[in-house]
Amino acid sequence: MNQKIEKLIDKKGLRLDGRKPDELRPVKIDVGILANADGSAYIEQGKNKILAAAFGPRELHPKHLSLSDRMVLRCRYHMAPFSVQERKSPAPSRREVELSKVIRESLEPAIFIEQYPRTGIDIFVEVLQADGGTRCASITAASLALADAGIPMRDLVVACAAGKVDGTIVLDLMDTEDKVGVADVPVALMPNLNAITLLQMDGILTLEEFEKAVDLAIAGCRKIYAMQKEVFKNKYVSIREVEE
Amino acid sequence: MSSLITRVRQKQIVQLMAKGKRLDGRGLNDYRETKVEQGIIERAEGSARVLLGKTEVLVGTKIETGEPFSDTPNEGVLTVNAELVPLASSTFEPGPPDENSIELARIVDRGIRESKAIDVEKLCIEAGKNVFVVFVDVYVLNHDGNLIDASALAALAALLNAKMPNYEIEEGQVKIKQGYTPLPIKRHPVTVTFAKINDRLVVDPWLEEEQVMDARLSMAIDDDGNICAIQKGGTGCFTQQQVFEAAKIAREKAGEIRKKLGW
Amino acid sequence: MPTFFEGRQLVTPGDLLAEGDYIAGDNTYVEGNKIYASRVGLVDYENKKVNVVALKAFYIPKVGDIVIGTIVEVGFSGWTVDIKAPYGALLRASDVLSRPFKPQNDELSQVLNAGDLIVAKIASYDRAHDPQLTVGEPGLGKITRGQIMRITPTKIPRVIGRKGSMISIIKQETGCQIILGVNGVILITGKNPEDEELAVMAIRRIEEESHTSGLTDRITQMLKEAKVKREESKNEPKN
Repeated sequence: MNQKIEKLIDKKGLRLDGRKPDELRPVKIDVGILANADGSAYIEQGKNKILAAAFGPRELHPKHLSLSDRMVLRCRYHMAPFSVQERKSPAPSRREVELSKVIRESLEPAIFIEQYPRTGIDIFVEVLQADGGTRCASITAASLALADAGIPMRDLVVACAAGKVDGTIVLDLMDTEDKVGVADVPVALMPNLNAITLLQMDGILTLEEFEKAVDLAIAGCRKIYAMQKEVFKNKYVSIREVEE
Repeated sequence: MSSLITRVRQKQIVQLMAKGKRLDGRGLNDYRETKVEQGIIERAEGSARVLLGKTEVLVGTKIETGEPFSDTPNEGVLTVNAELVPLASSTFEPGPPDENSIELARIVDRGIRESKAIDVEKLCIEAGKNVFVVFVDVYVLNHDGNLIDASALAALAALLNAKMPNYEIEEGQVKIKQGYTPLPIKRHPVTVTFAKINDRLVVDPWLEEEQVMDARLSMAIDDDGNICAIQKGGTGCFTQQQVFEAAKIAREKAGEIRKKLGW
Repeated sequence: MPTFFEGRQLVTPGDLLAEGDYIAGDNTYVEGNKIYASRVGLVDYENKKVNVVALKAFYIPKVGDIVIGTIVEVGFSGWTVDIKAPYGALLRASDVLSRPFKPQNDELSQVLNAGDLIVAKIASYDRAHDPQLTVGEPGLGKITRGQIMRITPTKIPRVIGRKGSMISIIKQETGCQIILGVNGVILITGKNPEDEELAVMAIRRIEEESHTSGLTDRITQMLKEAKVKREESKNEPKN
């Protein structure tokens, strides 16, 4: 289980799971899968399995939590105890608290927060299985859940990470690459507006490497964005087919 | 939060920013007056106090022994905690750490950890069994903006001031001896925080600028100008151009601060 | 002066729909001279107006709307009503009782209790206040019989049809009285539950296929076939 992994990129330039440095893991997305939520989405990215739900806009209880001139956005990122190798306690960890905050801050720029004062929107993200890059996949799913709920948005938000392993800048790190690699740069984007809504980094990168990583992450974001749009198109197409 | 600043003031700050000016007369890339004092809490194994304008942060480090993590058996352990104590601001409430203090602690932690500031292997006493555990406790005493940079600075200054007890291993038991050794610090990361106001980036936002800003970007830079940690905060966004511009300025400012403090 | 999609194409939030001399319609927003979609739906270019017919949207009250709601709480001087909107609505006691309201004598829960359904009209609503309802008009008030169903509010116009064509057919074929709340809640009152079920089925189908054409004919067909089937199963000798 705890074998020390020496090489993350082999002689052919392929990564541990056979991917090329600029290749995304396989992504599968679906929306409207939870009957009780106003909006919902499910994403699989590599071994990540993440569920996102959106509720609202709705009145907040107790009322003093609401703001008179705008909406309140609340977000909870939570990992299931069985989502990781060593069972994780169900109580919110400091990491989950921080991620809940940064995920909320990555989605809020897309929402017309002044449109429905005195209401709130709740976003719940449940990580059922984790393999690196969960915050990015969570943002991708949460933004779809918001759109699925019919909440007016400026743009969809999509996220993807890039990093450095074995001296190479790579896209969409899985857990091993994140742990053993040298740097991880998650980026969230509103693609039509070219606006970065989440940016974090840990590791050591020169300025050039950092710029390369951000470029690569954004390219990854745009690929996933096309998939987000496809999900809605497919929903319509499937209805059309029933008719024919 | 914006109820703490009047609309008139908000407008003033935003309008001046369009002309590239700040209300307190600083240049867009200027820090407020910075003072760093070390060794003020004797009971702590290391301590430092930073004044960044009127923002005041006190950091104490405690060094104890304990078990290492299973995946790094011969490395010491670093734990950073931050407290936004109620006396520091009318907006801080007593209680367990909220998302702001947790985020602050984790940003400070990342700057130190990712830059490998502490030589954690030298903290190993007995591999797999006993290592030095370094507790860094950030205590915000007055909030006048940019808690991140002030806390990161104070944390590093406290670590540079910290000492670990000498020990020897006698018959499989760790015995504390007389005397101390300075904590082995090999890198000096400095965090530089920007606020985005009216589409402009300003360094070291003070409280009122923070209340008006769209978004915040913090970058930790090491001695060689490498980027070690980044955190975007707030509900606004940045363009790629702004991010890269910030990185260049951050590297410059970090170098200046290190030089000024003789690190 | 370009537009970027064809009519009735699916668009998602952030899609640039038009640039230049256009008017922003439903479910769009403007930045400079560009019009973007703000919800998932089908884009519609109607001369110079750019609309998006949303797949899903929640109801935002408008003064004059007829809505169907549920009493959720009996208060001191009125009731709180769930009208399936981001805001709870208020119905004042003075609006319901035909005489002045005496808190000591009048027991509001006897008039309307939690769980009761009402048809009401939005009397007032603005950004700073919750919507106020009135039932002081003919056709409004407590609902005593019939079935309730709910569809996404954006589909209500489709259920009505052009000049009421769709809803007339359903009423005709099922013999039911149907009240369409602008908030997406629908009341169907028929002579028997089977007729009501037919209407429910028809409306569900409209909700699912709202974006297709020839729907009116298909629904008419469907209702006629269902009625024939029902007649046949009734006339079948029981063995």
